[in-house]
Amino acid sequence: MIIKRLPKLKVIGLCLGLFGVNSAIAQDDPFAEYRAMMGDDNPAIFVSEEGADLWQAPNGPKQASFEQCDLGLGPGIVEGAYAQLPRYFADTQQVMDLESRLFYCMETLQGRSPEEARKKPYSSTGDMGTEIEALVTYIAEQSTGMPIALPQQHPLEIAAYEQGKSLFYYRAGPHDFSCATCHRQSDKRIRLQNLPNLTTNEGAGAAYSSWPAYRISQGLVRTMGWRMQSCGRQQRLPELQPGSEAVISLMTFMGVNAKGTEMAAPGLKR
Amino acid sequence: MAGQIRIRAKLEGDVAEVKALMRHPMETGQRKDSAGNKIPAHFITQVIAKMGDKVVLESQWGAAVSQNPFLSFRVKGAKAGDTITVEWLDNKGETDSGEAVVK
Repeated sequence: MIIKRLPKLKVIGLCLGLFGVNSAIAQDDPFAEYRAMMGDDNPAIFVSEEGADLWQAPNGPKQASFEQCDLGLGPGIVEGAYAQLPRYFADTQQVMDLESRLFYCMETLQGRSPEEARKKPYSSTGDMGTEIEALVTYIAEQSTGMPIALPQQHPLEIAAYEQGKSLFYYRAGPHDFSCATCHRQSDKRIRLQNLPNLTTNEGAGAAYSSWPAYRISQGLVRTMGWRMQSCGRQQRLPELQPGSEAVISLMTFMGVNAKGTEMAAPGLKR
Repeated sequence: MAGQIRIRAKLEGDVAEVKALMRHPMETGQRKDSAGNKIPAHFITQVIAKMGDKVVLESQWGAAVSQNPFLSFRVKGAKAGDTITVEWLDNKGETDSGEAVVK
């Protein structure tokens, strides 16, 4: 009896197996189809154009533009800058990401107050985007196709990586969550959303290279800083501040792990 | 905000595939902002596409269309060098248009 029943079970098993594979492909990345349809038409291009205008426009009490802002490759050099951030800056003696560097330029070049510069970095519901979001989109786009290459020479750059690593694995909050809870295993997802394994080059590369990204569900471009803050909120942690040491360290950990991946921002995401 | 439509028209045989990306908030009037106030409705009500002077597509839209709408359609009988124009009108009476040459 057992021998007779076995082949039948096998056939059923195989069918289920095939079903599993098919639905896995469909569920794996339903947005791939959407991206293919859109082609190069990512609504982020409008935001990037806005960012290019903002970069050149005089602003603040000093009526200065960002054109003398040093993003790490020299004053005013935008091309390739994003692929090498966060990095150490001698003038502030700190490791900074793009958002904190833009705050710094708003204060030093344009003469705006720290409060004004940091007033609203990320959009809320119903907004059509912020200055920071537009600038980050424009600047990141100027690194398209370039390999991610965060410098790890200065002791503070190495320290930022190490701090990012310990924060990544640090469990905290009412849910006892760490970043690693969701992001240290491959091929996992929450509902329809794939979770990148940020401890691998492939996973960190896929994530780091595709932010900032236009979020279809929100109709807005979101930045890596926003993504970090949003992950922190989902972990029920105290609010991660844009351009803060914690955010910069986590970005450094992720960016160094992503080394060599070509930048493909602005991305198009759920 | 207004003044932004990106259009591309690619010819395949005698059919042009037109892709248009429009920048528009497309507010339904049902959403609330972070302060709890209703965000007023603001959406495209009409889209007209022309090839030269001839209307090739006329559509009525509503609040169910997404933000920054993406529209793709095919025009039969197109030739390289034809001009495709896409124009929208919204519930606030604002309007915008853009054009592209069929390639």
